[in-house]
Amino acid sequence: MFLSLFMQFPINFALRRLGQSVATLFVMSLLVFTGVYAIGNPVDILINPQADQAEIAQTIARLGLDRPLWEQYWIFLKGAFSGDLGKSFAASIPAIELIFERMPATLELSFAAMLIAVVLGIPLGLLAGLKPDSWIGRGIMAGSILGFSLPTFWVGLMLIMVFSVQLGWLPTTGRGATVDVFGIPVSFLTWDGIRHLILPATNLALFKLALLIRLTRAGTREAMLQDYVRYARAKGVPESTVVRVHVLRNILIPIITVAGLELGSLIAFAVVTETVFAWPGMGKLLIDSINVLDRPVIVAYLLVIVFLFIFINLLVDLLYTALDPRVRLKGAR
Amino acid sequence: MITGTTPTLTLPLKGRESRGTPSPSGGRWGWGWFKTPPLLCAAVVACLLTPPSILAAELRIGLSGEVTSLDPQLLASQPNLTVARHAFESLTDVDAQTRLIPGLAESWRAIDATTWEFKLRRGVKFHDGSDFSAEDAAFSLQRPLSIKGSPGGFAAFVRAIASATAVDTHTLRIKTKYPYGALPEDINSILIVSRKIALNAGPEDFDAGRAMVGTGPYKFVRYQRGDRLELARNDQWWGKAAAWDKVTLRVIPADPSRTAALLSGELDVIEHVPSADIKKLNINNNLRIIQTTSWRTILLHLDQYRAQPPGITDANGKPLGKNPFLDLRVRQAISKAINRAAIAERVMEGLAVPANNIVSPGVFGHNAALKADAYDVEGAKKLLAAAGYPNGFHVTLAGPNNRYINDEQILQTVAQLLTRAGITTRVEAMPMSAFLGRVRKEETAFALLGWGSFAADLALRSLVAAPNPEKGYGAWNWGRYANPKVDALMEQALGSVDRARREALAREANTLAMNDLAFIPLHHQVVSWAMRAGLNYTPRTDEFTFAHHFTPR
Repeated sequence: MFLSLFMQFPINFALRRLGQSVATLFVMSLLVFTGVYAIGNPVDILINPQADQAEIAQTIARLGLDRPLWEQYWIFLKGAFSGDLGKSFAASIPAIELIFERMPATLELSFAAMLIAVVLGIPLGLLAGLKPDSWIGRGIMAGSILGFSLPTFWVGLMLIMVFSVQLGWLPTTGRGATVDVFGIPVSFLTWDGIRHLILPATNLALFKLALLIRLTRAGTREAMLQDYVRYARAKGVPESTVVRVHVLRNILIPIITVAGLELGSLIAFAVVTETVFAWPGMGKLLIDSINVLDRPVIVAYLLVIVFLFIFINLLVDLLYTALDPRVRLKGAR
Repeated sequence: MITGTTPTLTLPLKGRESRGTPSPSGGRWGWGWFKTPPLLCAAVVACLLTPPSILAAELRIGLSGEVTSLDPQLLASQPNLTVARHAFESLTDVDAQTRLIPGLAESWRAIDATTWEFKLRRGVKFHDGSDFSAEDAAFSLQRPLSIKGSPGGFAAFVRAIASATAVDTHTLRIKTKYPYGALPEDINSILIVSRKIALNAGPEDFDAGRAMVGTGPYKFVRYQRGDRLELARNDQWWGKAAAWDKVTLRVIPADPSRTAALLSGELDVIEHVPSADIKKLNINNNLRIIQTTSWRTILLHLDQYRAQPPGITDANGKPLGKNPFLDLRVRQAISKAINRAAIAERVMEGLAVPANNIVSPGVFGHNAALKADAYDVEGAKKLLAAAGYPNGFHVTLAGPNNRYINDEQILQTVAQLLTRAGITTRVEAMPMSAFLGRVRKEETAFALLGWGSFAADLALRSLVAAPNPEKGYGAWNWGRYANPKVDALMEQALGSVDRARREALAREANTLAMNDLAFIPLHHQVVSWAMRAGLNYTPRTDEFTFAHHFTPR
């Protein structure tokens, strides 16, 4: 009985989600397509300056850019349904291949940043929540304001200036040596790779770190006032157990939700960090593609990101049900 | 400091005094760091800048532009050609001053007006050990036409070629469709690939390294798109062996990050030093900056074809009734109202040479006798009054904000200067991609453009010749300036296979166009490289960065 409910829920849920996702992908592709079309013509910016009018016109016609917008979009849709998102204008290889080639670097950077944010953010937030009036609690909160308010690119440059240029501890830019794991190049398994990863991951983590500190602190302060905490204390449960079992477990649900959602935005908006640190990820690819109006890459990138968001949201929801039985039962009715 | 006739300028950068020694007032990592940061920072940088790479003969270069493909014939962009020219070579080459020199062809001559014969270098081998022959050259000259998916291919460089045939292993005969003197310049951009390997190779084969088989001084080792290309010296190269066993070309488009990578000692060289960093790098004893006048001329196109160009009004926003730019006196007034020296010195922080030429000093067809107009507001006002605009008029000046050195600041400065002379100027600066879209829709009447060329007649063909799609003239003549005399001279120059005669004609056409102010020339950019003090580089007018041209000092 219970098992069938549990099985039923995610399927219904997933189907509904799938419908929404397809609609989102469709609207997104239309928006981006029209937007890039409105800005201009990639041939104008990529054309060989020596080309004459006839060659320019031929090139535009060959790439189908002389057709009306709806026709271009129709051609794109037809291709998309057969799994072909078009070839990059600048690199002349399938856009989706370019993106998948760069994805491991971005995922690695984002996961590393999330790891830093979680590993530091939750304990620091807990500490600040348990000792809100001590100097350490205030210090953590003051630090988190910096994490929120300083612009990412500036912090990135400062990290480079201090740790790379002045102290010379870490490399300034680029990705370190990679090793293939199941055919995917990863750099966190080599010492050189880790050295290259530290600064950009820290840079990317700062904002999320500040967010998690604040979230954990608020949750902790609220939980500390709950009756069950007081009873636990009255029962003589050691303070560390109270924090671990009664406080932390209860505040973990909103934290996981937020961390999950933020992971999506980390992946999608690693653009600035990737640019500052010349990190060869998808974000840098997007910026380069926007500069030359490489539409197939821009559209494919955004579709991949939308898909990632949908996937992560779904995962968070499922994780949620695993953590909190109440959600599971409610969803089943 | 930078004179018109000498294109090369090398700054031996002497620091003030020795700042590179550790401070006696504090320990290296102790509290002294807080007390004397500048001294210690300098000391640390000094240590980092004596890398072991000198022993390993490795050169690490920071490039500024994104490389989109390793296929040398896919996209005619400077970053792509920069990396490609390490592994591939062309039949004709150009020296640091953009003058033609032998490449894979030892010599060439025009047999008649439409036939050229190229004698190819003997004993040249591709990286896979096979011999380079005229067959490969003929194939490489035809390959650009077979590449269909690229928006910026090389077809324009082989447009004039009717046929390219191998007479024997070391002789290539090229027939042109019409008399064409600029063939040696054009085919300089066509890199020679191995016929056997490139016949069935697509861009992905080049990116993977399988098809990276050229004759050049460096061999492909590893490519990480968007990050780096690693190369190893080709010991079989026919030229003077390069000084570096190993070369890493890193792509770092973000200016501050590129500078930081050099300061940290992670790179030995960076190209396109940001103008804001030049002063700081100048006083660093461990680094040196090498500069020269670039081939890139920054200019303003003026609408000279519409009676009522967009954005041009009187003081009340009403149409003027006629196009002021059609009057030479107005164009002269604009030229006189612009303080080129101030732009070069202040806005460009020295990275510009005032221009009154379509091509830079030293480039084929440059006329050193033409001097940039002096700044003269009163003269400009008088000319405007004489032309019937005593109260001036309003214009909109459009241009890119992410393409040329300090482009948006140039637009703002020009606008201020013109406003001072009575031409109230509004600025519209936008990313190049959006700007070119506006130009295509003919929404601009006054617009900034930068242009680099090997020869004045080639530049005139694109920028100044009356637009003529049949002949392929004036594709970038946004203002549609039309002067039959200039066109005729340019046409004669391009049709002349006698170089001396061609240069004289090109110079004359250039002079005529400049005296008539076909466009308003602003300046020639100055291009800079920053490197370890122990390195030397002959700065290139064409802005290319080649590892094999760097030498230890």
